[in-house]
Amino acid sequence: MTLYLIRRILLFFPVLFGIMFITFALARVLPGDPCYAVLGEKATVAQCEKFREDHGFNDPIQVQFVRYLRDVSHGDFGTSLKDGRPITEIVLQRMPMTIEITIGAMLFATTFGVLFGIISAVRRNSAIDVGTMIGANLGVSMPVFWLGLMMAFVFAIKLKGTPFWIPPSGRLSSGISIAPLATTWHLQNLTGIKLALVTFASNMVTLNALITGNFRVFRDALWHLILPCIVVGTIPLAIIARMTRSSMLEVLGLDYVRTARAKGLSERTVIQKHTLRNAMLPIITVIGLSVGALMSGAVLTETVFALPGMGTQLISSILSRDYAVVQAFTVIIALIFVVINLIVDLSYAFLDPRVRLN
Amino acid sequence: MPSSIPVSASTKANMEVTSTSTTSSPESLTAVKSRTPFQNAMRRFFRHRSSQFGLIILGFMIFIALTSPVLAPYSPIKVLTDVKPRSDPCIHALGCPEDQPQHIFGVDGNRRDLLSRVMYGARLSLLIGIATVSFAILIGTILGAIAGFAGGWTDTAIMPFMDILLAFPGLLLSIAIVAVLGPGLMNALLAIAFVSIPVYARIVRSSVLQVKEQDYVHASRALGASAFGILGSHVLPNAITPVIVQGTLGIGVVILDAAALSFLGLGAAPPTPEWGLMLGEERNSLFNAPHLVFIPGIAIMLTVLAFNLLGDGLRDALDPRQVNMGKMKK
Repeated sequence: MTLYLIRRILLFFPVLFGIMFITFALARVLPGDPCYAVLGEKATVAQCEKFREDHGFNDPIQVQFVRYLRDVSHGDFGTSLKDGRPITEIVLQRMPMTIEITIGAMLFATTFGVLFGIISAVRRNSAIDVGTMIGANLGVSMPVFWLGLMMAFVFAIKLKGTPFWIPPSGRLSSGISIAPLATTWHLQNLTGIKLALVTFASNMVTLNALITGNFRVFRDALWHLILPCIVVGTIPLAIIARMTRSSMLEVLGLDYVRTARAKGLSERTVIQKHTLRNAMLPIITVIGLSVGALMSGAVLTETVFALPGMGTQLISSILSRDYAVVQAFTVIIALIFVVINLIVDLSYAFLDPRVRLN
Repeated sequence: MPSSIPVSASTKANMEVTSTSTTSSPESLTAVKSRTPFQNAMRRFFRHRSSQFGLIILGFMIFIALTSPVLAPYSPIKVLTDVKPRSDPCIHALGCPEDQPQHIFGVDGNRRDLLSRVMYGARLSLLIGIATVSFAILIGTILGAIAGFAGGWTDTAIMPFMDILLAFPGLLLSIAIVAVLGPGLMNALLAIAFVSIPVYARIVRSSVLQVKEQDYVHASRALGASAFGILGSHVLPNAITPVIVQGTLGIGVVILDAAALSFLGLGAAPPTPEWGLMLGEERNSLFNAPHLVFIPGIAIMLTVLAFNLLGDGLRDALDPRQVNMGKMKK
């Protein structure tokens, strides 16, 4: 077991290195001089020379890469080429929103996906099964941003004036705001990682409101999160439901399930204890893999619902050619994705003894 | 899901029953003419409910794509002068006054006929999907074959790189690549193709590894077959099934990603009749002209759905062992 864990974690580092290398290389194959891309075509030679010196573009490429590795491992992603803000600060400001959406969508997708999948498998070929599978097929074929716009149309425009009205954009209703935790707790002189953590928690509006017991803000924040979470969660929900169904069907056909039934266990016990647990492995794999879809979905959905997350920042950085921010965000998203897949892999070892022994 | 159809490749009965797959019933098992595995797969494919639906939708889309220059009432980029921007659909048969020009799907914000734009969009989307996936399959096959045959250092140089590409969420990596290359349809497609390569490289490589050490491959080597010959006659036939299935599903993903990039303003440039772009241009008119957002989205969904259904059908038909397995997409 321990050996497996160690081996799996060691395998993580080459991937990490690869991600850093690819994102670094991506930023360097940039057509044209970054100086002119940032300062504009009219920049003078002297300005460019200073720009290169300031951003370290004059050093040999391997020196730049090592420096980049070192900085990132210290949590320093450099500064935005556009306005000179530290990128770490931008990340701390923008990421909590994206994480809130991702977690909400994940909960939504997993709960309903597994539930529908089980019902479909147990009541095979019933109306629920056929409906779920048609829904799942439509779900994986829909553009996320289109679903977002459609949901906004139904819930924000058509249902206006009813209790089911849901706000189509923004993070909090106007007039509602939340104070930074650092101010609430009088922690202005924090530095380094502690400050980063507090800022992060503080910017995650739901968490902040919950910690400070501000339930009015909490409710409002949740209210604004409902639509984005449903939208982002729909595709993963479809994939999870399909996977759960087929995995359950496969296990339900095995001999030991028949034995369990034969010895008189209730159907509930057979499904819950004997079938679901053994069908769980592939389901967990797709849940892990859907994190990628969730994060891509979050990026698209934020632009639809005008939410101040990483997605909206990423797009505006691309359009303003702020490659430093794009590079940092790509690294961070890939890192999250890889770490989650690592956790998924490790969870196999707990769920399935065969994995440990191999 | 499909009820598996009884097949009997081994039946040697000589009784000539009908050879068309539509009329022979499962009961006539003993009387069925023996079929090649390929014929069996085709039979399963055409009897599979998803593939039937998929074929119908795709056939419709291809028809629209091919005939759009003839059937589309207007040019997709022509700005009309006799209508108001974003006017509602006007269909004469449904009571729209005859003196108004007919616009079945309405008119967009730049006073262009939406129906014509959606029809031309079918051409573009199908082309995008098929061309991008073909490109990815080509490069993926070459890389996978090289890695598999050469083994050793070459393999170690290629495959980890592919694995790392898989470590990125696909769409986000394409966005990052477009950020570097600059917005534009061609760049967007290159980025999406690049991101799709690793899957195919992996499939082909594992097929190579499977057959490389087989006795018959050693034999054909001894008879002087080149690596290229072995690739063509032994490896690719083995790899073709998973590649076709993955490729069909991949077309759907590519169409969605291309639409997403265009929606974000990183793909096709106006006035191209691209569905994602059409959605993106009109997203703010959701309140006064929802049909402009609704219709292109439906078009994207139907096309992607067609490829997904076909992919499912192909997988079940080509690999009957996996009828209930491997529903995982990636």
